[in-house]
Amino acid sequence: MKVHEYQAKNLLKEFGIPVPAGEVAETTEKSIEIGDNLGNVCVLKAQVHAGGRGKAGGIKLAKTKEDVKKFANELIGMKLVSKQTGTEGKIVKKILIEEIKEIEKELYLGIVIDRSSACPVIMASSAGGMEIEEVAAKTPELIIKEYINPMIGFKPFQARNIVTKLNLPKEVHKEAMSFIANLYNLFISKDCSLAEINPLVLTKDNHILALDAKLNFDDSALHRHKDIQALRDTDEEDPLEVEASKYSLNYIKLDGNVGCMVNGAGLAMATMDIIKLAGSSPANFLDVGGGATVEGIENAFNILLKDKNVRAVLINIFGGILRCDNLAKGVVEAAEKSQVNLPVIIRLEGTNVEEGKNILKNSNLKFSVADTMAEAATMVTQAVS
Amino acid sequence: MSIFLNKDTRVIVQGFTGKEGTFHSTQCIDYGTKIAGGVVPGKSGMSHLDLPVFNTVKEAKEATQASASLIFVPPAFAADAIIESIYSEIELIVCISEGIPALDMLKVKHLLNQSTSRLIGPNCPGIISPGKAKMGIMPAHIHKEGIAGVVSRSGTLTYEVVYQLTKLGIGQSSCVGIGGDSIIGTNFIDCIKAFEADPQTEIICMIGEIGGTAEEEAAEYIKANVKKPVVCFIAGQTAPPGRRMGHAGAIISGGKGTAKDKMAALVAAGITVCNSPAIIGETAASLLKAKAGKV
Repeated sequence: MKVHEYQAKNLLKEFGIPVPAGEVAETTEKSIEIGDNLGNVCVLKAQVHAGGRGKAGGIKLAKTKEDVKKFANELIGMKLVSKQTGTEGKIVKKILIEEIKEIEKELYLGIVIDRSSACPVIMASSAGGMEIEEVAAKTPELIIKEYINPMIGFKPFQARNIVTKLNLPKEVHKEAMSFIANLYNLFISKDCSLAEINPLVLTKDNHILALDAKLNFDDSALHRHKDIQALRDTDEEDPLEVEASKYSLNYIKLDGNVGCMVNGAGLAMATMDIIKLAGSSPANFLDVGGGATVEGIENAFNILLKDKNVRAVLINIFGGILRCDNLAKGVVEAAEKSQVNLPVIIRLEGTNVEEGKNILKNSNLKFSVADTMAEAATMVTQAVS
Repeated sequence: MSIFLNKDTRVIVQGFTGKEGTFHSTQCIDYGTKIAGGVVPGKSGMSHLDLPVFNTVKEAKEATQASASLIFVPPAFAADAIIESIYSEIELIVCISEGIPALDMLKVKHLLNQSTSRLIGPNCPGIISPGKAKMGIMPAHIHKEGIAGVVSRSGTLTYEVVYQLTKLGIGQSSCVGIGGDSIIGTNFIDCIKAFEADPQTEIICMIGEIGGTAEEEAAEYIKANVKKPVVCFIAGQTAPPGRRMGHAGAIISGGKGTAKDKMAALVAAGITVCNSPAIIGETAASLLKAKAGKV
């Protein structure tokens, strides 16, 4: 799960990590009030779950009260289109207004889980403000890494290692070390999957500050963090994905026109791949679950049919323990209930597959039955072209 | 032979009396797996499926001489269940549960590294050695005893591949679903190493997917250590970056973990990679034919 910058910064504060003074606003009036409190020299930052805000015009520097008013007016309600939002962009509902600090140096600090070593890894770099992937690609030697053994936990010498290599002035070592320790503590305490401070800044008056903050959380651990659950902003998610999540369906909207319904995540990805190989493009990833219940299939039909780009549906189900004849009955029942009018191509495989195919062929619905995955992909491609 | 699991392996089930535990234990027993009992805290002394139920893994192991444990415990408690089995020196632990927090798994993984236990999963269909035993939720009847070793991060996609193999008359030595999470116990290399050493296995099918670098690491290992033919498929060639494709571990992050990179690494290591999931079985068949031709 992702959260907004202002929410991330509230969590940083809770863990004793310094952030610029500031407040969040939803209206111009409130923005002016916050601006006044900050002496009107401030930065206004659009709050959306996407990077690339600066280049997209979502970050403005104000020097006067008039600036604050003008920029707040511009930003609140604007459609922000960045590299990460896609062409449809995101509507800005909230802005974060913060004091401006004089910056000496911009750095990078991030924590993720390293899969190969099964350790959280703290990464730091003196190349702040740049995307870490870019730094890793161009100048990997500039990235400092400290692996944290999860059985031992974080040790102060590890912060010392990082701070020393970052070439920070001696006066801020202590502050920087406690910054790193506190961020690690937040990462572990709240089950983060990513904690990224980019840039982390050294101010002219020799302090360390989180100028930006990005926190992602492990969805599997949300059950033990009610406070984090409360930070979810469904306005930032695709409406169909929000609806699918209510039915516990794994659904991700894509930009093609072949609606896919598959049981199991791996098979669902493989089905998307074979659609592409056949020359068309998947409209979504959708895993109805390994077991594929009638209810799951019905909900899946409803979600797929709400996507106006979908011109045909491909159902690929491997009936294992759940037999194909029962699955076929379920698909017919669900399709009748959800009044499917689009071409539907079904490929069933597994136990009792012949009985299953007969049920589909003898139904009143205009289903096309494919024998193999490749054939199904070819048929659905013909249906949409 | 087969790998990790054979017909004599004695198995206990953690979460034995739950809906999933009951259904799949029954299926495992029907297939011939030697299920010796179960563990359900607070239900010690009762009998389920005509088998004894114990309060702890330790008690169950002592009473039944089990060396393996199959876990169907809700995700919030599953890491504890695995740790209990590691502490009880269970040799083979298979965890089906999906949704264990990643930070919990980090500790489990490091504990495992210091133990003699093997963990398969979590978030996996389990392991089957066709004709001998199964510990998991896969449909047994699509399998056939034979010469192909299958290792995969997926569930239904593995069934798909197995079914393709079986229909072509290629049976399987063992099929291991290593799980769709980012932190898992047994990995590709562990299985490939075991398949290479297993006399029954003549060909290895590896089914990877986007996320992480396990396939790249396996490619290097295969190039240096494996003589048996290997056929691969990587799911998620069309997956967008930054999105979790159903499995917790199936995500392209920071430009890393793409299907393209994985396929390139495998090809560079001289491994046969299928572009389409529909041709994995026939590709395996042609590799076997080529191998037979050489002899």
